[in-house]
Amino acid sequence: MAVIAVGARDARRTRLRRKVADNLLAYAFMAAGIACFALFSWYPLVRGVLLSFQQVNFVTDPFWVGFDNFRAVLDDPLFWTALRNTLYFTGLALVLGYAVPFAVAVLLNELRHLKGFFRVAVYLPVMLPPIVTVLLWQYFYDPGNGLFNTVLRGLHLPESQWTQSSSTAMLSLVLVSTWANMGGATLIYLAGLQGIPGELYEAAEVEGARVWQRLRYVTIPHMRFALLVMLLIQVIATMQVFIEPYQLTGTSNPDTITIMVLIYRYAFTVNHDFGLAAATSVLLFAVLGAFSAVYLRLTRDRT
Amino acid sequence: MTVATERPSAGTRLRAPIRQRSRRRGGGPDQGGPDQGGAVRTLVSSAQLRRGHSRAVYFTVLAVTGVLFLLTFFFPLYWMVSGALKAPAELALSTPTFIPRTFHPETYAKAWSELNLGRHFLNTALYALGGWLIQITVDVGVAYALSKLRPVLGRLVLGLMLVSLMLPATALLVPTYLTVADVPIFERNLLNTPWALWLPAAANTFNIYVLKRFFDQIPQDLLDSASLDGAGRLRVLWSIVLPLSRPVLAVVSIFAVVGMWKDFLWPLLVLQDPEIQTLSVALSRFAATGRVPINEMLAGLVIASVPMIVIFLLFQRSIVKGLSAGALKG
Repeated sequence: MAVIAVGARDARRTRLRRKVADNLLAYAFMAAGIACFALFSWYPLVRGVLLSFQQVNFVTDPFWVGFDNFRAVLDDPLFWTALRNTLYFTGLALVLGYAVPFAVAVLLNELRHLKGFFRVAVYLPVMLPPIVTVLLWQYFYDPGNGLFNTVLRGLHLPESQWTQSSSTAMLSLVLVSTWANMGGATLIYLAGLQGIPGELYEAAEVEGARVWQRLRYVTIPHMRFALLVMLLIQVIATMQVFIEPYQLTGTSNPDTITIMVLIYRYAFTVNHDFGLAAATSVLLFAVLGAFSAVYLRLTRDRT
Repeated sequence: MTVATERPSAGTRLRAPIRQRSRRRGGGPDQGGPDQGGAVRTLVSSAQLRRGHSRAVYFTVLAVTGVLFLLTFFFPLYWMVSGALKAPAELALSTPTFIPRTFHPETYAKAWSELNLGRHFLNTALYALGGWLIQITVDVGVAYALSKLRPVLGRLVLGLMLVSLMLPATALLVPTYLTVADVPIFERNLLNTPWALWLPAAANTFNIYVLKRFFDQIPQDLLDSASLDGAGRLRVLWSIVLPLSRPVLAVVSIFAVVGMWKDFLWPLLVLQDPEIQTLSVALSRFAATGRVPINEMLAGLVIASVPMIVIFLLFQRSIVKGLSAGALKG
């Protein structure tokens, strides 16, 4: 009896010891990762919020200024310009960049030849470093003898000032961005389209559904989830657009300044005011955070 | 755009090799033409495409799409590669030439040495490879511990890491910059050092999530039997888990290297010293001066792109798989 009790206690003790050892080991494995997250993700998150209520000048310690930064940002006409531009970019990018990859994927899914070629082609631009894409298009957009105007001239069509006219500047940025980024969405849609059971199309056809109706009642319902996820991803990404306006039109062009460019100006080039930049980031995050939350919720339920 | 948002989603996922291979999809890439009936059924049936009239329409659409794709996606690259070969005078012509009249391959060598692109190339390669090594080491450690050691509060740690996915990287730009400039506790300034790129990149939820999901599918029995044979946790990781995880390690590695190579805004901020800048940042700086001849700039663009295109052609399958896996989260 006593022997059994002692044995049980020993067993429990060894189990406990093993558990403690396993936990120590686990945290040893995670130590570097947790340190990186703590320093470069969790701490900056808290600090960003604090910063938005502080003034940082590197002479004295940061001090509290209440809502002054937010007030200054909301009073800055450039902020409203940047916001309008960002929404305009996001909207245009949705019109062009959201429909095009889906249409292309549906088309490619019907083509029985050259499948590999089409896939490689559409994804190639995604692989290019963004700065390469943007600089290359800068040459194409050159109003003098850039490639685009040369082609338009050759076809006897009216030429355009592209990035250098306020009416077409944003459109030009969206075109580059769409060219550069549509490959990812296209390939994801293609993978989704291939998962649609062929019998459904057969059945629809037997019922007399025409191609258009099959697309409407078979394809699109099956792709609804992918379409929604890509919509969120695209909105989140395009709201943060930076490199296109930064390189193609410059950081002080009122036609194309975006929220990210404004944050960059506030912090690093014009104002050197980290508080202003942090306040703007918090505003941007408030909007994007909502989209991100929906996106995460959706993908978690599904996967 | 941020690395995180570039990894979109929805669709298939990576499967552990132990699981049954999924059914082959789409009849495989080798299946040709409407003449080969019985393949996959899509919107329009192959049988319908074989009929006389439809057949003509099909091949017209195919040809038009092919030409459009060539023009849209390959021609800009061709223009870039061939433009670098042209003489500056030829590039300035108002009617561009399709094939260079005179070939100047030495422009590439000139850009490499005179613009100091060799240096920037090596910098970028070093950052990408170092970043890859650190990301893999750190993130595999976290994923393995969370998946197989299941520590107390493990779920909380994972949850906190997932929170950072909700944050667009740009929202943290300014505070992260200030943190890197003066790392708390360690009191180090990492600006103008590779660590400013490497350490923040190691905090990568996408990697951890994808790795953990994969590790979760490796049966615990397999690891337990190895433990009974006397293998320690590290040994189990090294000789059982990692070899089984080759496909997912490939995906994570490729995205790590490509992400580091393509990154622009962050290196622009933290690497101000021209000597240590990446190719992307240096090219942007050259363009801003306006003094570099176009042909040398184009050569620079080609040099910055070649490694990415090589990686793409070599690892296409993993990349496409990773795109869909990133679908889950990330």
